[in-house]
Amino acid sequence: MGGREPVAARFAPGERVRVRRADPPGHVRTPWYCRGHAGVIERICGSFANPEELAYNRDGLPARPLYRVRFLCRELWQNYAGNAGDVVEIEIFQHWLEPA
Amino acid sequence: MKLQDEQDSRGYYRRMQSAIEELLILKGVFTGADVERQVKAMDSRDPGRGAKMVARAWVDPAYRARALENGSAAAEELGFAVGPLRLIVLEDTPRVHNVIVCTLCSCYPRMLLGLPPEWYKSRNYRSRVVREPRQVLREFGTHIPDEVEIRVHDSTADMRYMVLPLRPAGSGHLNEEQLAQLVTRDSLIGVALAGAPG
Repeated sequence: MGGREPVAARFAPGERVRVRRADPPGHVRTPWYCRGHAGVIERICGSFANPEELAYNRDGLPARPLYRVRFLCRELWQNYAGNAGDVVEIEIFQHWLEPA
Repeated sequence: MKLQDEQDSRGYYRRMQSAIEELLILKGVFTGADVERQVKAMDSRDPGRGAKMVARAWVDPAYRARALENGSAAAEELGFAVGPLRLIVLEDTPRVHNVIVCTLCSCYPRMLLGLPPEWYKSRNYRSRVVREPRQVLREFGTHIPDEVEIRVHDSTADMRYMVLPLRPAGSGHLNEEQLAQLVTRDSLIGVALAGAPG
C-alpha cells in the first residue's frame, strides 16, 4: 500500500468545500445526506488511517487528513424549519472533499 | 409489528455474535477471561465520569479552557483513560446548543459515559436528529428557543463528543460534588439540559 508519510492537508479552517457526490462500493463513512453539499472547514482533526481500507484488514496508510465540516441545515435539507443558523458538523476525510 | 421485527433481527445478530465469539476463543485469538474482563471494564464506566468533568469545568475556568482545547487530556487529568479515540468537548452557551449522534452506527463516548442508551442506537433518533433536531429535542421535553443556534455533531470517524451543558441558574451555592449530581447522561449527549438544583 501507499507510503508511510501522512497525506498533506489541502484545506484550512474557514475554507469552503463540497463533498464529492460519489457512490463507491464498500465501507464508506461519509454519510449520504451530505454528499454533493457545500460546507466550511471547522477544524482539522489530524491524520488517520483510511477506514475504507481498514474495513478490509488493510493498513489504511498513508494516513489521511480528517476534517470537521460545518453544514447549514438549510443547505442540507430543503424546507428546513428551524433557525437559519442551525448546523450539522460531520467528520469527513480529505479524499471526499473538493474546493467549493 | 415493527418492534417485533427489531427483536427478531437482534436475535439473529446475537446468535451470530455468540458463534463468532466461540470461534475466536477456539482459535486462541482471545480467551473467555479476556471477554469477561472487557465486559467488566465497560460496566465500570458510567456517565458519572462525564459529570465530574462538567462540574470541574463549571467551577474552574482554567480546566474549562483546557477541556475545550483538548478533551482527551482533560479526561486523563481526572484519571479517566480515553484510549486512542479523541474526545472533543462541545461548549453550550446562551446562543448555542450542542447535541451528538452517530448517523452511521452508534459511536458514543463510551470511555466516559459507558454504554449508550437504546434510543441512541435507534434508526428513529439517528435519522431524525440531523433532519429535524428541534422536533426531536422537543420529544425529549427539551425546548430550545428559536434564537439559539443548534449544532448537531455526527460522529462519523475517529472523534468522540461530549456536551458541556450550561450551568443551571441558581446553582451558585453548590460545591463541585453537588454540581456533578445535576449533570445527567442525557445532558452530556445534548438531548436535555443539566438539571435545576432541587
